[in-house]
Amino acid sequence: MSIDRIVSTASRAIEVVGGDLTESSLKRYLNGIPGVDAVGLEARAADLGSRSIKTTSKAWALDTIISLIDLTTLEGADTPGKVRSLVSKGLTPDATDPSCPRVAAVCVYGDMVPYAVEALGAFHGDSVDGGINVAAVATAFPSGRASLSVKLADTADAVAAGADEIDMVIDRGAFLSGRYGQVFDEIVAVREACRRADGSSAHLKVILETGELNTYDNVRRASWLAILAGADFIKTSTGKVAPAATLPVTVLMLEVVRDWYRLTGEKIGVKPAGGIRASKDAIKYVVAVAETAGEEWLQPHLFRFGASSLLNDVLLQRQKLSSGHYSGPDYVTID
Amino acid sequence: MSFLEYAPAPESTALLNLQSEYGLFINGEFTAGSDPTFSTISPATEKHIATIASASTGDVDAAVAAARAAYDSTWSRLSGRDRGKYLFRIARLVQERARELAVAESLDNGKPIKESRDVDVPLVAAWFFYYAGWADKLDHAGLGANPRALGVAAQVIPWNFPLLMLAWKIAPALAAGNTVVLKPAETTPLTALLFAEIVQQAGLPAGVVNIITGAGATGRALVNHPDVNKVAFTGSTSVGREIARSLAGTPKKLTLELGGKGANIVFDDAPIDQAVEGIVRGIFFNQGHVCCAGSRLLVQENIHDEVVERLKVRMATLRVGDPLDKNTDVGAINSAEQLQRIRELSDIGDAEGAERWSPACELPSDGFWFAPTIFTNVATSSRIARDEIFGPVLSILTFRTPAEAIAKANNTPYGLSAGIWSDKGSKILAVADKLRAGVIWANTFNQFDPASPFGGYKESGYGREGGKQGLTAYLAPAAKATAAARIAPAVKAVSAAKAKSASAAKGGKK
Repeated sequence: MSIDRIVSTASRAIEVVGGDLTESSLKRYLNGIPGVDAVGLEARAADLGSRSIKTTSKAWALDTIISLIDLTTLEGADTPGKVRSLVSKGLTPDATDPSCPRVAAVCVYGDMVPYAVEALGAFHGDSVDGGINVAAVATAFPSGRASLSVKLADTADAVAAGADEIDMVIDRGAFLSGRYGQVFDEIVAVREACRRADGSSAHLKVILETGELNTYDNVRRASWLAILAGADFIKTSTGKVAPAATLPVTVLMLEVVRDWYRLTGEKIGVKPAGGIRASKDAIKYVVAVAETAGEEWLQPHLFRFGASSLLNDVLLQRQKLSSGHYSGPDYVTID
Repeated sequence: MSFLEYAPAPESTALLNLQSEYGLFINGEFTAGSDPTFSTISPATEKHIATIASASTGDVDAAVAAARAAYDSTWSRLSGRDRGKYLFRIARLVQERARELAVAESLDNGKPIKESRDVDVPLVAAWFFYYAGWADKLDHAGLGANPRALGVAAQVIPWNFPLLMLAWKIAPALAAGNTVVLKPAETTPLTALLFAEIVQQAGLPAGVVNIITGAGATGRALVNHPDVNKVAFTGSTSVGREIARSLAGTPKKLTLELGGKGANIVFDDAPIDQAVEGIVRGIFFNQGHVCCAGSRLLVQENIHDEVVERLKVRMATLRVGDPLDKNTDVGAINSAEQLQRIRELSDIGDAEGAERWSPACELPSDGFWFAPTIFTNVATSSRIARDEIFGPVLSILTFRTPAEAIAKANNTPYGLSAGIWSDKGSKILAVADKLRAGVIWANTFNQFDPASPFGGYKESGYGREGGKQGLTAYLAPAAKATAAARIAPAVKAVSAAKAKSASAAKGGKK
């Protein structure tokens, strides 16, 4: 019989699971969470998706979607020029309409952070101050297959370069083989690595890669695990694995943050990422947020869309609402 | 303004092409009724929609005679394949006119357009498609050696799912080779009359489907008509009892689908968020005007408080209002009379010491409305735990063990439906085995499919609708059919030959 492994201390987990935090106490807690009925969850998501959002509600939803976007480029072919272009698109989404809101953040690979920070200049900052944040994917994104020290160095590097938000991936292999403690420890360690010299900390988004977790029960357990370990946000996907974000998975994660709020009074963010390309789909997510977690979640500190091509589709819809007719792809700028 | 107060998204009524006045549909034609007309109104606004004819006993005679003539001269002589062709045609026409039918249904009944659009009308088409497929297979699917139609079927349907109940009645009856006279409910005749137009459009031989409107007296005259072979009724237990009494001793075959007080059992190992959804769907779907509604929530005592709290949060997002708005979740109560009954029983719940709770919601001033309501602290002896309320009112009771859950679920004069919520499959099967209810849903509620038989135990009625079982309700029992064939084969052969020559003489008129 092996001796129960003690896992890292995280204040949330100690408060909720109990003081003697071990691999098995964590596992017991996560396995005690009620199951998810897949058919019922998907039916609920479809039902939320059938809301008819028109006129003033639609206009509000479109502007809100823009302000919640993490405008993303995560390609091997990314260059400083591409990142500068992305930043300018984030700052001025619609060149024909200065009233158009800015996106919440730009999301890039760690080595691109300096260029994003430089391109933003004075606009680098939180959305409440009218700025745009820089988010960096880290921890050997997207697979997460690297040693812990490499993952921590990856994180610290991006934070030092000026990243405001870190999008880390969990070790899905460890999770699927039941080593919840290892996943937990890594998140705690990455959270530590997000700390800056001045004591402040980059916001931590934890990517569950739900497409690889495969079952809703796993997604729910992983969501709780990430929150217990200190996540500020739980995020569906890297965008590199299909399926990426789906409405049922997002509804499930919203239910978790709602339950966490009920339990502790603390609000955790949710970020669906990958595969959301049309305004119509994004509006379904907005409805799901409002009806599951509550309207107060519809702000950049608590909900984000990880997307790139979504922005232009929203802009076309937005132009249509104000002008009354559809324009075309040549009337919105590419980044 | 809050985003959740979604901007109005009303379904347009422009595609409705309603007549100002509707007659009785007898022998393929609309004819005026002999009794004084009545008005059908929208329960959401109390506004007049159309004037509806009322069938006298003479009109009932004419309708039954038309059905009999059509049965003798055409419908009973068509091959199953030809009957199926008509049913497929009807199913396709229902799909083509789906929008229009959905709008008419929500207008006349008060149910939310999203339910009439996504549930009622698609199921109507599915029912016709399903039974169309059966029509040419009667001889080959274990229904006996020579399954025969019964003749003329008298069908009386309720107001909660007007068009869907019509489909449940008419589709199997026609597939089996019967002709029908159907009476829709007094408060919801509209879609049945639009269906009459579809029957005309489909070119169904005159008299195969007859639709007569009117109140209780019309229904009584119809089911008691001596030339009717089969009576099918869906509605209240008291009327069902009256029909059973008046049909006793007659050779008429009878199916009754009556009331219910369905138990929705939530165990502590249930998928909790989906269970809460299922509770909502079980009782607030169609304003609770569902005979198989999960109107008694039996929740395991150790999770009672949590379930009630989550249910309240969920109920706060239900949108009550204009049935034609696409975002409405709970529409109008169907009639002033029904509203009165719901209010009375709810007041009794208060008086008996149960705790009433409804989310804050503004109800329109005109029309008939009742906010979604739950009662906690309900005793098993309370009337709101025993009587069918037939409205958006849930009675919540607790249990401690599976045995107690089964005992409490079965402790009702009804036995139509039940639901079980648990993540443990073996428990679901063990409990389902001991529940006395016609339909038991596991980790879901209020799901319908034409291939699945539906019906009740005890005071919920007898006979089954849907599936192969629903077809046998419109066929002479196989044993009887073969016995008759064995006793008098010669007579039968002769009459068949006569029939053949008679139709030849008529020049194959269809």
